[in-house]
Amino acid sequence: MDAQPIISIQHLSKTYHSKSGEVHALQDIGLDILPGQIFGIIGMSGAGKSTLVRCMNFLEKPTQGTVLFDGVDLSSMNARQLNETRRSMGMIFQQFNLLMQRTALQNICFPLEISGVGREAARARAKELLQIVDLSDKADSFPSQLSGGQKQRIAIARALATSPKVLLCDEATSALDPTTTRSILSLLRDINRRLGITIIVITHEMAVIEEICTHVAIIAESRIAECGTVQEIFTHPKTAAAQKLVFHNAGDVERSVGKRALRVVFDGTASSEPVIAGMVLEFKAPVNIMFADTRAMDGRAFGQMVLQMPEDTGVAEKMKYYLTTHGLHVEEVQYHV
Amino acid sequence: MFDSATWLMLAGGLRDTLYMTLASTAMAYLLGLPLGLLLIVSDKAGIHPMPVLNSVLGVVINLLRSVPFLILLIWVMPVTRAVVGTTIGPSATVVPLVIAAAPFIARLVESSIKEVDPGVVEAAQSMGATNAQIVCKVLLPEAKPSLIVGSAIAVTTILGYSAMAGIVGGGGLGDIAIRFGYYRYQNDIMMITVVILVLVVQVLQEVGMRIATSSDRRKN
Repeated sequence: MDAQPIISIQHLSKTYHSKSGEVHALQDIGLDILPGQIFGIIGMSGAGKSTLVRCMNFLEKPTQGTVLFDGVDLSSMNARQLNETRRSMGMIFQQFNLLMQRTALQNICFPLEISGVGREAARARAKELLQIVDLSDKADSFPSQLSGGQKQRIAIARALATSPKVLLCDEATSALDPTTTRSILSLLRDINRRLGITIIVITHEMAVIEEICTHVAIIAESRIAECGTVQEIFTHPKTAAAQKLVFHNAGDVERSVGKRALRVVFDGTASSEPVIAGMVLEFKAPVNIMFADTRAMDGRAFGQMVLQMPEDTGVAEKMKYYLTTHGLHVEEVQYHV
Repeated sequence: MFDSATWLMLAGGLRDTLYMTLASTAMAYLLGLPLGLLLIVSDKAGIHPMPVLNSVLGVVINLLRSVPFLILLIWVMPVTRAVVGTTIGPSATVVPLVIAAAPFIARLVESSIKEVDPGVVEAAQSMGATNAQIVCKVLLPEAKPSLIVGSAIAVTTILGYSAMAGIVGGGGLGDIAIRFGYYRYQNDIMMITVVILVLVVQVLQEVGMRIATSSDRRKN
């Protein structure tokens, strides 16, 4: 991995001055995002993640630190160069932010118009993009006639119009229902694969990160708490902030678990054989599934489970060994009853 | 009810009233629209904040708007004479009407454009739009229906002001109402001018609202 980062952030801080004093929205952020990654940035609301994504295209100017896009410092650019650079960075938003008085097609033409592309060429390009987002039949519809998912597809097409290298997604699925969210995420994954566009995903939902991201940074209290591949963070969260996000769903259950419980993580590397059932048959001792959140993707299992182990420590140890040898990550859950 | 000479006079009055109203509205928009845009753009949350200019402009607009029209009409007479060459008649009335209406229109334009979702402006910025492009391609088109509603309000208000100018010989229906209805106690003429004014207001308001509704893509 010696490719040059497409976006490199170094020692970035953002401070707001308000009547009640200084607010440190971001402190000493460092990030390298490599071409082709789907990079997730997750944090609780108010953690500063939306500010961070706006620093990447200088909609917000950092108080300190540098942002390099393709090796060039954004703060060294004049207004014209910055506008030029922004055309290499598409952005989509939670509320879609479409022009309400323009049709879907005209919305997609908008970024082309402002960068001086001729009317006919712009329309041709817009029609191509409508095909990519699978909404060719809605070319002449106005945003008020479209559903949330359709609006976001138009917004994605609009963001892709100027053939950007990077797509910034600010809570792009947070206003959508779960089914629509999944279809938008798979569209993003598709765009990443087919067009090779680097995607940066801002979200507060761990499920979004698990679903499409290759890498993730966790922001807590204006700082980066943890950063790495999704697999790493998901299987071995080190910091409290990361654990809180990864265990988010399991949290309540774990507190009620008995003396000995294991958290079993399916990270997609294990084969699809029924491991838990196999283990129960092998040792002829039941385990209690306290919590399970798993799903199959491309025929492999992802997710986590909390198992209450048998009283017999010998059997429990053997079971733990069995799970480990079947390629699962296992850890003792430390919560008290 | 009236003889044909009276009807002719009333028709001339209506013509003068419409001329004053429409000419002043058009000219007041030439001043008020850029002023309103400047208020929006220079606002501290605007696309090019200029706090000092913004507050100076705000104070000047408020001052002009707080002067009663009848007093403004008399105050600006030297200006009117310098521009038009006379202080009576429809053309002379256009000058105070423009001065009174421009700040009012600036506020109408400001409030219409404030309705545009800031998120859309942010999206345009993220695509590398310049401030001029944001004004011409985002703010004005997105606010168009509301701007049209505003112009219907502006034109009917200016119509009302134009009638007031009758007191100093401004011409039009207001002038007729004052001269015949008030000074010569011809109540029937007073009444008929009021009825015509009411009808004109109704028509202008209705036409404005219809154009606004049919141009708004958020509803149909």
